[in-house]
Amino acid sequence: MSARRRKAGKQGPKRAKTAAVRRAQPVRAAKRKAARPGKPKPARTARASARSARPPRRASPFASELARKTAIVGIGATEFSKDSGRSELRLGCEAVLGALADAGLDPREVDGYVNYTMDNNPSIEINRGVGGGDLRFFGCVHYGGGAACGTVLQAAMAVATGVADVVVCYRAMNERSMQRFGAGVQDRPPTPTTENAHFGWYAPFGLLTPASWVALSARRYMHEYGATTEAFGHVSVACRKHAATNPAAWFYQRPITLEDHQNSRWIVDPLRLLDCCQESDGAVAVVVTSAERARDLRQKPALVAAVAQGAGREQQMMTGYYADSISGLPEMGLVARQLWDTAGLGPDDVQTAVIYDHFTPFVLTQLEEFGFCERGEAKEFVKDGRIEIGGALPINPHGGQLGEAYIHGMNGIAEAVRQVRGTAVNQVPDVENVVVTAGTGVPTSGLILSGN
Amino acid sequence: MSDPSRGGAAAPVRAKRPRPAITHDNAFFWEGIAQGRLLVQRCACGRLRHPPGPACPACHSFEWEPAEMSGRGRIYSYVVMHHPAIPPFEYPNPIALVELDEGPRLVASLVGVAPERIRIGARVVCEIAEVEPGTKLPRFRPAGEERS
Repeated sequence: MSARRRKAGKQGPKRAKTAAVRRAQPVRAAKRKAARPGKPKPARTARASARSARPPRRASPFASELARKTAIVGIGATEFSKDSGRSELRLGCEAVLGALADAGLDPREVDGYVNYTMDNNPSIEINRGVGGGDLRFFGCVHYGGGAACGTVLQAAMAVATGVADVVVCYRAMNERSMQRFGAGVQDRPPTPTTENAHFGWYAPFGLLTPASWVALSARRYMHEYGATTEAFGHVSVACRKHAATNPAAWFYQRPITLEDHQNSRWIVDPLRLLDCCQESDGAVAVVVTSAERARDLRQKPALVAAVAQGAGREQQMMTGYYADSISGLPEMGLVARQLWDTAGLGPDDVQTAVIYDHFTPFVLTQLEEFGFCERGEAKEFVKDGRIEIGGALPINPHGGQLGEAYIHGMNGIAEAVRQVRGTAVNQVPDVENVVVTAGTGVPTSGLILSGN
Repeated sequence: MSDPSRGGAAAPVRAKRPRPAITHDNAFFWEGIAQGRLLVQRCACGRLRHPPGPACPACHSFEWEPAEMSGRGRIYSYVVMHHPAIPPFEYPNPIALVELDEGPRLVASLVGVAPERIRIGARVVCEIAEVEPGTKLPRFRPAGEERS
């Protein structure tokens, strides 16, 4: 593995560490103050004890105590389409029942739910719809697709603390047929809420769509690192290649070439049509329970080796244009650091990654934030099939949101589970650990799933 | 003017630009624009901040005053909007992130330059224009000495 990723992997772990530490100093300082007794590695215990009489700190202030405490034991999904022909609530119920059947659990055994604030289906409606029982835990995670892995974080915390035993995370939406995000926010009424005031800095000029908000950052990235739109195109080509052999993908059997990408029309220069993910109808659900209970269930557990959220100190909702540098995703660097430190893993330990791909430019940035390559080097890393199956780091083997469907990142978590189980339609060989990321440009989240 | 919500005649209503939501924190900016001035918050500690907020992230003071900017700066990044075509905007629609000489960055329309000639780093100057009756907005155009 490391030989195949020789070029970028060599300094990967070191790179991830230095980048995240540099950006996350205030968080680190705050966490240190609040550090509780943890489970430090032996080598660290001696040093910490020698310095202070206080209880030893955890090995890293970025590590949580959730490592391998919980597992995803069931996944379910509807078909992915442009017009589901049924209610979002029904899509949600179908996915949740599918995930529970996959796990071999009865709906009455579910005692918690987590969904997105952008999901229109309250968990009590889902629970009634699937014939569930009493609920002890229910929560929503904010910030669009940045919520994806955050739902699993909430579920894992609830399960690890005994607040709940079985928690279902879901996202169900008729995004294409009912409420297109790509249409922009022009109808947003100017009531003086904080979020509306935020959009007021962009909407009057016509900077109205998610594509445009990302494009303004992407242009600066290109300027600073000499990336061209062809680098973005390699991401599209890889995802569409994978989707082409995934019967569940909207773009099944429809691969594209780099030339197709370059010839596709402008959406927001420098983003072309083929840099933008789809708009989809569909639902995906995953079931989280304890690692202990997971061993007795039907499927091979996908252990949650680490899961984390992150928001940068100068975080904005898609429009982080005001920090000293806008060519990175510091919130994702913060997520990466937590994941690596919690799981005790680094970039060379990962066989495949599901990298959130609503728009291609931020896939490059994420590869850099995770230390899969050096900052500014993703434009080279994504070339020559390196991110395709058979390459050093295959990304989005299901086709991603560019190729399979846009279910706000939840379908990527399901794919990571399949990769760990060894049951994916585009199976990467010998998968031990999979990284999954959530929406970018917003407060975000990520997780690592492991086979053991 | 006919207003469909009041049962007026079914004359086509021309779409207007989305209006900003005015809060206690940002009202000074939009009032300044209406008066033809580009204003940015200046904290009691002297720091400028934009977009505006209630308190200074550095010194935590809630005390601030509006400071008028020169309107001069450089293009820090930009996009050219093509799709979807949302009325009343005209396309292609160039929009810039401008770094003002005083430091703060600001998003606004870019006029007076062909999309293919826009460059990061180019000097621009702010003008405040009445883009539709009753609505003034800031926009940037290339600074005189760099027009060619």
